[in-house]
Amino acid sequence: MTTYEKKRAYWRKNLQYLAILLGIWFVTSYLCSIVFVEQLDKIRFGGYRLGFYFAQQASIWIFVELIFVYAWLMNRLDKKYRADMDGVEESEEE
Amino acid sequence: MNVQAWTFVMVGLSFALYIGVAIWSKARSTGDFYIAGSNVHPIVNGMATAADWMSAASFISMAGMIAFLGRDGSVYLLGWTGGYVLLALLIAPYLRKFGKYTVPDFVGDRYYSQLARIVAVICAIFVSFTYVAGQMRGVGIVFSRFLNVDVTIGVVIGMGIVFFYAVLGGMKGITYTQVAQYCVLIFAYLVPAIFISILVTNNPIPQLGLGAADESGTYLLDRLNDLHVALGFDKYTDGTKSTIDVFFITAALMLGTAGLPHVIIRFYTVRRASEARISAGWALLFIAILYTTAPAVAIYARTNLLTTITHEQDGELVDAKYEDMPEWFKNWEKTDLIKFKDLNEDGKIQYRGPKQENKNELEIDPDIMVLANPEIANLPNWVVGLVAAGGLAAALSTAAGLLLVISTAIAHDLLKGCIKPDLSEKNELIAARIAAGFAVCIAGYLGINPPGFVSQVVAFAFGLAASSFFPAIVLGIFSKRMNKAGAVAGMIVGITFTAAYIIFFNYINTDVNKPEYWLWGISPEGIGTIGMILNFVVAIVVSKFTSPPPDEVQTLVEDIRVP
Repeated sequence: MTTYEKKRAYWRKNLQYLAILLGIWFVTSYLCSIVFVEQLDKIRFGGYRLGFYFAQQASIWIFVELIFVYAWLMNRLDKKYRADMDGVEESEEE
Repeated sequence: MNVQAWTFVMVGLSFALYIGVAIWSKARSTGDFYIAGSNVHPIVNGMATAADWMSAASFISMAGMIAFLGRDGSVYLLGWTGGYVLLALLIAPYLRKFGKYTVPDFVGDRYYSQLARIVAVICAIFVSFTYVAGQMRGVGIVFSRFLNVDVTIGVVIGMGIVFFYAVLGGMKGITYTQVAQYCVLIFAYLVPAIFISILVTNNPIPQLGLGAADESGTYLLDRLNDLHVALGFDKYTDGTKSTIDVFFITAALMLGTAGLPHVIIRFYTVRRASEARISAGWALLFIAILYTTAPAVAIYARTNLLTTITHEQDGELVDAKYEDMPEWFKNWEKTDLIKFKDLNEDGKIQYRGPKQENKNELEIDPDIMVLANPEIANLPNWVVGLVAAGGLAAALSTAAGLLLVISTAIAHDLLKGCIKPDLSEKNELIAARIAAGFAVCIAGYLGINPPGFVSQVVAFAFGLAASSFFPAIVLGIFSKRMNKAGAVAGMIVGITFTAAYIIFFNYINTDVNKPEYWLWGISPEGIGTIGMILNFVVAIVVSKFTSPPPDEVQTLVEDIRVP
């Protein structure tokens, strides 16, 4: 792969992560907490109503986790990218 | 010691701490002053960001607002936390990779246009000033309520403190004082919350007590709902706002959060793009500690309040007698935060919701839920002092962050970026300090003489940030084809539409500020989302019909995308 292709592959992978994580973000905050909150409120565990619990507690913790997961995924990707790039530079030097 | 003495001690100690930190971290270069030399540890930056973000409104008013709004209060909880996901995934790491100092820097360079830079500078200054006025007001209110000091003197003292560490230390001083302020404010928030949680649910962790049941086996939320229905309110766990309005308000708050310059600028202070990502995670974790406690406090305080002014007799709900009220009730009556008027003169307190409004005899200011919590839960006097110090920490830390954005916008973006590019670093630093000094004075003036619109400016600040900065930045990173014409046209259309809608309903024709007249039932608080969509559409369409950006800009975009 050339440097250009490496960069493109890196960016593609990043966009893929973004699509998945933002999908989860949208489902928890907009679908579970707002649009379908009344349907979910019918599901109860103990004193909690699921929709209300999503809106005022669970979503916030999920947001925190999404960012940490993204940071972890990207650190892994960065490492791989750097290793690949080292390889490219060496072969170009040869 | 009495409450007032404890308050003086707590506030005095916290102020001494901030001043000490400020002296220790004096800024020596423009890099120090604008972005703390870009070597702040991600966790430290996360803490500073959390303090920067959580304002007087978050600390004092939010739990109360939620207590009175019930489920509709979710818009604030979701909106002011969910924006960090957008910030961490779509904005912060790329702007950190881009480097430089400010948001207008990025907008100006990416769109190779002084006009775009100036539009960004004006937005940044306007958003920051409207926001900072509210913080100074918060400082004044805490002083006047807890220490019986005049609001004006309170604001002047607050100005003095901020002036000292913002002007002297710049971003470096602000960062480390914000860390101290976060510790003070989170401790001050959690201590009374834990006590009231034990009082109401026997569970020391506020977040966990929510699903608890009382001795009779009734779940807390069910009991609160029953109380609400009996008193003529809607159920606590039901909303009154329409789904579409909740959806758009939440979105506008999230997009605005991700576009607010004083938040974005904090991510310039870490070393690398990867640190910006993880730092946003830490920031949100520190914020989440308070933001998940707030709805619990709201529920406990609301239940506590309702069970204080009513009691059950033979299975029926009876209004309590005024003479039986505890001392805190009468104390806060003196400050007019609780107003009781015995309409039918039976000596009992009838607190009634919107469905029996004409029978209501009690008015309660939402702020009481946090401010009076320590007294309601019978906590020692030092806790009351701690709450005052916490409220001040929240207000001062946010004010300082905003003042820095204003001074940077004036010294760096306007003076150096537009008017006098050959300004030496030393003179730029002097200019930045003078600008910070002026900004403190104007903010103080606005705090003492608040313009009538302060309560609605939140909608304004978030709406404008959502409809201007957010699309311009995101398109600048994710679309290589986006050019000057598209971005400027998009920003102008987005801001004009949003501002016109908010101004029309809030100031020009307030009589029609009702759901049936709103566009698709979207309130002015939520209209920034539509403004943002318009911005995106206009920007993309215009850029399609105009020439692509120059090669060096495309290279810049490629460069910020990779580590």
